[in-house]
Amino acid sequence: MYTQAMDTGPREERKAVRSAAEVQLEERFEARIDDGAFIEAKDWMPEHYRKTLVRQISQHAHSEIVGMLPEGNWVTRAPSLKRKAILLAKIQDEGGHGLYLYAAAETLGTSRDQMIDALHAGRAKYSSIFNYPTLTWADIGVIGWLVDGAAIMNQVPLTRCSYAPYARAMVRICREESFHQRQGFDALLVMMRDGTDAQREMVQDAVNRWWWPSLMMFGPPDSASTHSTQNMRWGIKRISNDDLRQKFVDATVEQAKVLGVTMPDQLLQWNAERGHYDFGPIDWDEFWQVVGGYGPCNKERLAARVKAWEDGAWVREAALAHARKQAVQEQAA
Amino acid sequence: MSETNQEWPLWEVFVRPKAGLDHKHCGSLHAPDAKMAVQLAREVYTRRQEGTSVWVVKSSDITASDPADKGMLFDPMEDKVYRHPTFYELPDAVNHM
Repeated sequence: MYTQAMDTGPREERKAVRSAAEVQLEERFEARIDDGAFIEAKDWMPEHYRKTLVRQISQHAHSEIVGMLPEGNWVTRAPSLKRKAILLAKIQDEGGHGLYLYAAAETLGTSRDQMIDALHAGRAKYSSIFNYPTLTWADIGVIGWLVDGAAIMNQVPLTRCSYAPYARAMVRICREESFHQRQGFDALLVMMRDGTDAQREMVQDAVNRWWWPSLMMFGPPDSASTHSTQNMRWGIKRISNDDLRQKFVDATVEQAKVLGVTMPDQLLQWNAERGHYDFGPIDWDEFWQVVGGYGPCNKERLAARVKAWEDGAWVREAALAHARKQAVQEQAA
Repeated sequence: MSETNQEWPLWEVFVRPKAGLDHKHCGSLHAPDAKMAVQLAREVYTRRQEGTSVWVVKSSDITASDPADKGMLFDPMEDKVYRHPTFYELPDAVNHM
């Protein structure tokens, strides 16, 4: 699914004093970035680049894993076997995406357990969108259409990220993600076209609740984004938050017409001069509240993750004990 | 807090997309042993029939060339263009050779 607020971590200062060798390595690194070259795991890289990537990739991985929870809420209540099978496949994909990304982050020298500890201890962030509840079945469709739609818009530029293991993981993820958005739109279309008035109202209600949080997924406005310039410079980020957000609005407003729903924004209108839709102000106070841990479901999500990790501990330990026992027996034989 | 030595070892996963093609590296995963690594590789890397065969290798068992030796190892081939067929310009009559 997706990452966003990676620009919200504390700003790390560069070391003031660097050795001549370090300066030279850094110059060579910058030159490679300027050439559009990919950086591989074993290549030299500045400490700040490494840290930024570990933070971003691990937050992205956490988002995929936590993102399974709001959807998991509807597995047993999906309206048909077909929808249930689709939802299960989608959730399994999110888990897979989390695993690709954890593996990419591990190439930078962090361990899986360190990352998971950081999530569970509340030190690492995940996308704020997953701290909103999934109240009705229409939420599942809207998540696919808007949330995965926003995710795709964010993730496509990351396939050209300068750090190759991350870029490769993103290629795989983007290829799989398109089904997520399409199945969501399809589920909504069926309700809007063939459903009852109550179902159509349910879809509109879900759009009303998810629209603004979806726009927040692109992160703070460019004017308030602390890391953007350096991340652009290093090819970790390719397109600015505001530009991506605009692109998303332009695309989804047209899709909403096909669906027959409206966005909950009185100021939304086509601006012929700009060639884009104008839209109303985003409530950034709400965004920072949710990022800061005070969204509707932050506590519930984290508690569910910690419980799953702790409840699974005996399985991990037993599997490892079995593997060690087998290895010893093999050696003895 | 989990202890690092309790972490399942890391495996590299290679998938053969279809019969006749090479196995290709596609990522890594943690698994307690080889059998589980194959099982998990199937779940993580072939959810859409991306493969017909999977190899797993413990990451710690891989010996790789040092990126610092890249120039020394690979640059000497740069000026050996005569190793490519396109180096030889033959008369049109036999140029399909």
